[in-house]
Amino acid sequence: MMFLKYAAYRLVTMLLTLGVVSILIFAIINLPPGDYLSNQIAELRATGQAEGVAKAEFLRTEYALDRPLWMQYLIWVGAAPGPQGFSGLLQGDFGWSFEFDQPVAEIVGDALWLTVLVNLAAVIFVYVVALPLGVLAAAKSETWVDYSAAFVGYLGLATPNFLLALMLFYYGHKYMGLPIGGLMAPEFEGEPMSPAKVQSILVHLIVPTFVIGTSGAAAMMQRLRANMLDELSKPYVETARAKGMSPTRLLAKYPLRMAFNPFVADIGNLLPAMVSGSVLVSVVLGLQTIGPALLTALKSQDQFLAGFVLMFVALLTLIGTMISDLLLVLLDPRIRYGAREG
Amino acid sequence: MTTLPNGHYIDDAPYDPDENLSALDRKDMDAPAWQLVWRRFRRHKLGLIAGLFLLVSYLLLPVAGFIAPYTANERSAEYLYHPPQAIHLFHEGALIGPFVYPTTGQADLVNFRWQYETDTDRPMRLQMFCEGGAYKLLGFIPSDTHLFCAPEGATVFLLGSDRLGRDVFSRILYGAQLSLTVGLIGITVSFVLGIFFGSIAGYFGGKTDWIINRAIEILRSLPELPLWLALSAAVPSNWGPVAVFFIISIILGILDWPGLARAVRSKFLSLREEEYVRAAEMMGAKPGRVIRRHLLPNFMSHLIASATLSIPAMILGETALSFLGLGLRAPAVSWGVMLNDAQNLASIEIYPWTAIPMLPIIIVVLAFNFLGDGLRDSLDPYKS
Repeated sequence: MMFLKYAAYRLVTMLLTLGVVSILIFAIINLPPGDYLSNQIAELRATGQAEGVAKAEFLRTEYALDRPLWMQYLIWVGAAPGPQGFSGLLQGDFGWSFEFDQPVAEIVGDALWLTVLVNLAAVIFVYVVALPLGVLAAAKSETWVDYSAAFVGYLGLATPNFLLALMLFYYGHKYMGLPIGGLMAPEFEGEPMSPAKVQSILVHLIVPTFVIGTSGAAAMMQRLRANMLDELSKPYVETARAKGMSPTRLLAKYPLRMAFNPFVADIGNLLPAMVSGSVLVSVVLGLQTIGPALLTALKSQDQFLAGFVLMFVALLTLIGTMISDLLLVLLDPRIRYGAREG
Repeated sequence: MTTLPNGHYIDDAPYDPDENLSALDRKDMDAPAWQLVWRRFRRHKLGLIAGLFLLVSYLLLPVAGFIAPYTANERSAEYLYHPPQAIHLFHEGALIGPFVYPTTGQADLVNFRWQYETDTDRPMRLQMFCEGGAYKLLGFIPSDTHLFCAPEGATVFLLGSDRLGRDVFSRILYGAQLSLTVGLIGITVSFVLGIFFGSIAGYFGGKTDWIINRAIEILRSLPELPLWLALSAAVPSNWGPVAVFFIISIILGILDWPGLARAVRSKFLSLREEEYVRAAEMMGAKPGRVIRRHLLPNFMSHLIASATLSIPAMILGETALSFLGLGLRAPAVSWGVMLNDAQNLASIEIYPWTAIPMLPIIIVVLAFNFLGDGLRDSLDPYKS
């Protein structure tokens, strides 16, 4: 029961956070002077195309861009009636993209799922790689295993993501025949799901997963190693060793479990970094996630599109953090519910 | 490891009874703290080398124009995408000092690229302390003397030339001026904000703490890069390169402070209960004084170490922003701006040297990581 109560509490805080985040995002998007339509109107006036001006003006009132900012915000969220009554994020209306002249929902559509997919694959990659390597590095600390793991880790941290992406693409294609660009072979785009399409997506996922996951895996490996080393120097480990427990059992029985805790807690730090990384990598690799859409929208002040993408990315991170908090409580009975702040 | 007949494991490593003697047993442990720190840091070889390397790099920044044979935006129209050239010392067995072989470019109209032929019969000596393009030494002394430059009729592109025929080596040196300082300015902003908010949250507690803590949580739960993108997209496009540079570094810093603030806050929460803090308060010290004189010096060194570890993130951030075209803009030169040219697979395949700026990025980021690790390990000299 306590757990459910805590879960409900976490859900409410998450929703409140999301509310604050939406204000922040709206403010940031409206920082540049003017908006897409007023820029367009100015341009049309300058080139003397009067009929276009009328259309842009119409869109301006249609999307309430002529109202004060706080009003625009409320309409965007769906907390105040716009020209068509209540129709905002809360009601599932994501707005209109001026740049593409299409509803935002249609532009992002599939991209949302692909974004989730890419990030999920990267998270799994991080865990699969970092767990064994971190434990190994701690168990064999100060041997060549440790040093080479540290070296690979440092290199992963230091190489800019997008360059790693380009290099891997080039060499992956040259030596292993990995496909270049995109998340699936072009012939599958817009097709319904089929085994062949799934396979195509999986093959295309290899490089992006590796690229997005590397820096996260490196950081997590280092942290796991440090945790394990702390744990391994405790008296109970010494006792077990003195009694002649087998090395593997010695490692797996208690220290690993103890070191696991921060590992789960870390997902709160990991996720924002991965989502960031995936946006950048998607732009470079031409993946059909929401990354490239965000970049074009930001550059052309296409505010509803940019706002929605940013909100989605923030939501993804917040949900991930919430799940990690809940998992942590389930894993470690020592963590008290509610007031965990010291 | 050996297994005994009864299935128990024992370690075969030789046993050294003195191994666990802690540093406390040394008789000079009452030396000043900085001496102890330095003594420990000196033993951290990797950190020491990294620190020296960074020191030299930063010291060279003001004189980058002198070392570079070309200026940042000097174009050699006949030498587009010129491959890297080597500097030789011996020509047909005879020593003639540092020289290059002249090259001539030809348009390959089949593959649409430039081909360069090296004329290995005519060694041409490099000029030393010669006159070249004008630059400002230390940022304000106008000068046109370069350490070395190309002889008449030849070029010296140590790392090749780019799409507009600009020397990659010189541009890396000029780019370092911006790429290396962006992290310093960013970290200063983040440091000031982090210490300010972290210390008032930790010291006063209560409502202030609650508000600041929520703000930290919200900022930390947002993915950095999309926010960087959004904020940099808001920088007006008519601003000059210098203004853009400053605003970008400030943006990088503004989103970095929450982590630092959290560390400061948790330290303050435990330290404010200490007797010396109570004593200072009873003697009538104002909160500002208690924070600055009694609390902060306690863990300034730790803060510096963690700041060192977060500079790389800023350098990489600037690179990513510039790479996407939202950060620094030409004519400003930074490593990210240079990599903007290497954005597609074609240039990596045909002109791999345009991606060379990634090497200094990797090296500098690694160096900051090693230095930070070394500092962190050595800042607690009383731990064995």
